Amino acid sequence: MMLARDDRSELKRTPLHALHVASGGKMVPFAGYDMPVQYASGVLREHLHTRSHAGLFDVSHMGQIALRPKSGRVEDAALALEQLVPQDILAVAPGRQRYAQFTNGAGGILDDLMVANFGSHLFLVVNAACKAEDEAHLRANLSETCVIEPLPDRALIALQGPKAESVLAKLCADVALMRFMDAGPRSVDRLDCFVSRSGYTGEDGFEISVPAEHAERLAKALLGNGDVLPIGLGARDSLRLEAGLCLYGHDIDATTTPVEGALEWSIQKSRRHGGARAGGFPGADQILSQLESGAARRRVGLRPEGRAPVREGAPLFPDAASSEQIGKVTSGGFGPSINAPVAMGYLPSSHAIGGLVFAELRGQRLPLRVAATPFVPNTYKR
Amino acid sequence: MTTLFTSDHEWVRIEGDVATIGVTDYAQSQLGDVVFVELPKVGRSLKKAEAAAVVESVKAASDVYAPISGEVAEVNDALSAEPALVNSDAAGKAWFFKLKIADRSELDGLMDEAAYKAHTA
Repeated sequence: MMLARDDRSELKRTPLHALHVASGGKMVPFAGYDMPVQYASGVLREHLHTRSHAGLFDVSHMGQIALRPKSGRVEDAALALEQLVPQDILAVAPGRQRYAQFTNGAGGILDDLMVANFGSHLFLVVNAACKAEDEAHLRANLSETCVIEPLPDRALIALQGPKAESVLAKLCADVALMRFMDAGPRSVDRLDCFVSRSGYTGEDGFEISVPAEHAERLAKALLGNGDVLPIGLGARDSLRLEAGLCLYGHDIDATTTPVEGALEWSIQKSRRHGGARAGGFPGADQILSQLESGAARRRVGLRPEGRAPVREGAPLFPDAASSEQIGKVTSGGFGPSINAPVAMGYLPSSHAIGGLVFAELRGQRLPLRVAATPFVPNTYKR
Repeated sequence: MTTLFTSDHEWVRIEGDVATIGVTDYAQSQLGDVVFVELPKVGRSLKKAEAAAVVESVKAASDVYAPISGEVAEVNDALSAEPALVNSDAAGKAWFFKLKIADRSELDGLMDEAAYKAHTA
């Protein structure tokens, strides 16, 4: 068999790199960073431990950006950002966070991000692979009204799972009072952090932005709790896939609109036709018309009927014999919590949940059931 | 009984005219948790270096190649029911398939244990 060999030269390192190596992390290149794909316990156990206890993820490769209004009024930063995203940012109250997408003129997604209102300014978390383009996009479009301040000197640690609250509360009692999508500055273990009650696993949990020079100390303090294991990118991917969450560049990209990506839940009424601030973002014509009349294709969940994982790129067909490809798998793998393969992909919107389609894999047609996502119910503390 | 190895991390156990094939413990440690194994059909004629089986871990799918040419005499159905055997006993219970050896001279191209150890060092 072929085993992959990785070229690790030129890779960037997060502030937790030394800790990953010391903890037995198997390092691989990801978005230009040398990142742990798994630790000694392996993807399966890391995944299941996160769902039963708590997992610690280094997501420091992601971009953290402060968007500061030149007027001093955070509403002005919110209105400015609304020129680039189809979400209602003005309605994000101080101490709250919202999921958003940067769109292009055709309605495609340039990146997906989290936007928090910190009272005086907005705090953005963007994907690692897109962060340079996102910063340039913000500067090119919002520099008149906002100061765009990347925060490369901060690490980002996610603590996810049913024990996350009790673990983090030992270092910051306040977090027990937070609910899903609350976000703001907090003192954690006497460090100046930004904490949000959110994540990328479908579990209750937190993301903690911490000054880079103190990241290792905080990670060690959290890992010192017997309920916490370090979790690599492998389980991060299987956890988010079971939770039905999109991976940018795979399930959504510059050629898919938020409606095609089944993300219309994230577009508030105020930005739709008839809303107080309808349109006014790139690709609004396309996205708003799709919101009213639907899109021709749509992201769906897929459950392979057999045991074989059906992975990204597998073409989809309407039956076992047809030569007419109708879609493709954009993410797929094995779901440890449901002990079965799971996938997501795009299909014509006429394919309803419960129907069968076929993937071609190694010359064979395998049946997949169109399924609702998430595959595993989320446990957010709303 | 001799065990030989390929540079692609298959092991080959020779007993008379039959070769039993599996993947090495080193390979399983690199693959991670195995969740699915696809085996060749009994009776299929395999050429040396042909993709013969597939092993899927939580991370990726990998082909297992025929280390030598031959006809598939038997496959290990236990792997379909319990793919994790590859992780727990790669060199033993997790054999993949048995071949009727077609050309014994092909065995000369395989490594002995010492050479394989050096290969993975």
